[in-house]
Amino acid sequence: MKRQVLFLVALIIVVGTLWGGLSRIHQFGDPGAAPMDDYYLHNAQAERSANNIVTSIVFDYRGFDTLGEAAVLFTAVCSVLVVFRKGGHN
Amino acid sequence: MYSLSVIVRTICDVFAWFLAVFGVYVIIHGHLTPGGGFQGGAVVATLFAFLLVAYGGKKFIPFYKSSLFSWFETVGLLLFIGTGLVGLGTTFFYNFLAGQGGLFGSTVPIGPNSGVLNSSGTIALMNMAVGVEVIGGLSLILYYMFKGIRLYEESGSEETGHDR
Amino acid sequence: MIGNLPYLVVGIIFLLGLYAVLFEKNLIKIAIGVSLIEASANLLLIVLGYRTGGSIPVFTLAGKVGKMVLPVPQALTLTAIVIGLATSALMLSLIMMLYKHYGTLDVREIRRLRG
Repeated sequence: MKRQVLFLVALIIVVGTLWGGLSRIHQFGDPGAAPMDDYYLHNAQAERSANNIVTSIVFDYRGFDTLGEAAVLFTAVCSVLVVFRKGGHN
Repeated sequence: MYSLSVIVRTICDVFAWFLAVFGVYVIIHGHLTPGGGFQGGAVVATLFAFLLVAYGGKKFIPFYKSSLFSWFETVGLLLFIGTGLVGLGTTFFYNFLAGQGGLFGSTVPIGPNSGVLNSSGTIALMNMAVGVEVIGGLSLILYYMFKGIRLYEESGSEETGHDR
Repeated sequence: MIGNLPYLVVGIIFLLGLYAVLFEKNLIKIAIGVSLIEASANLLLIVLGYRTGGSIPVFTLAGKVGKMVLPVPQALTLTAIVIGLATSALMLSLIMMLYKHYGTLDVREIRRLRG
């Protein structure tokens, strides 16, 4: 009984914060002024000579993020190898 | 895991090559079309899942050279970091090839165009490096997880429990 | 209101994932719940960057160029998808090892067998 009341309170808090957060975002389809994105859209072709703006952001303007991402993938493969290594787990 | 019927294996033989070619296309056209190193690498790694389902582990495990693909992964990551380090004269990850002429150095017309393959500088190189890394990484995950299932099947007759 | 339906979808997917993580007893279903929460976060990022009538931010054979959607949320989503894939692989590997060790996937059983 006490657990159920506690659960209802937690549910109301979670749904309330989620609703309050999502209902305060801008209207769908109208993000307003986005100077950084407009800079990329207008200048990425001249600066980096790539047609795909997303790729030029991922691999050039924010290459450091991608370095971390590649390192995360490498670490995941290493940890899967460690989990399934020969000789078992004991 | 046993191999599937001859119909599935024949279809696999035909379509595996299309998958490989499509994945490599997505990787090397990453700076022109939607896609890139990660997506193309995932497509090529799907090829190995395809082979594993069609042929079963008894033929797949001798076919798959895991040392080769761990080399793929290591070399891909090192190429990626190395391409970033070469631009260190200006900043880390500086695009030193774009617009210089030569390898991947053509300029593109501003606005919509039909695409120049020899453009975009280090972005194309990094796409290839990350593509090689993702091919190695995802297929290695697949291989080790499948070997994990076999590990369970081999020891399935033994007593299992937390006190073992 | 009806124009903001994508935000509602994001909230519903997030709550479904939260329900699966909190109340399911099977570890595979908990992993599916974590993946649903990741998917809702990715969908929120994509929805935030959409402009009505915008095309994809790729200039190859783009035709008449008009508005384009924001490219930075798409780039960050690409990063998030790969990291989600890595965590999913690790999570499923650990679940396989748990099954091999305990012989069950029920979290209550695993908790009971704790020695």
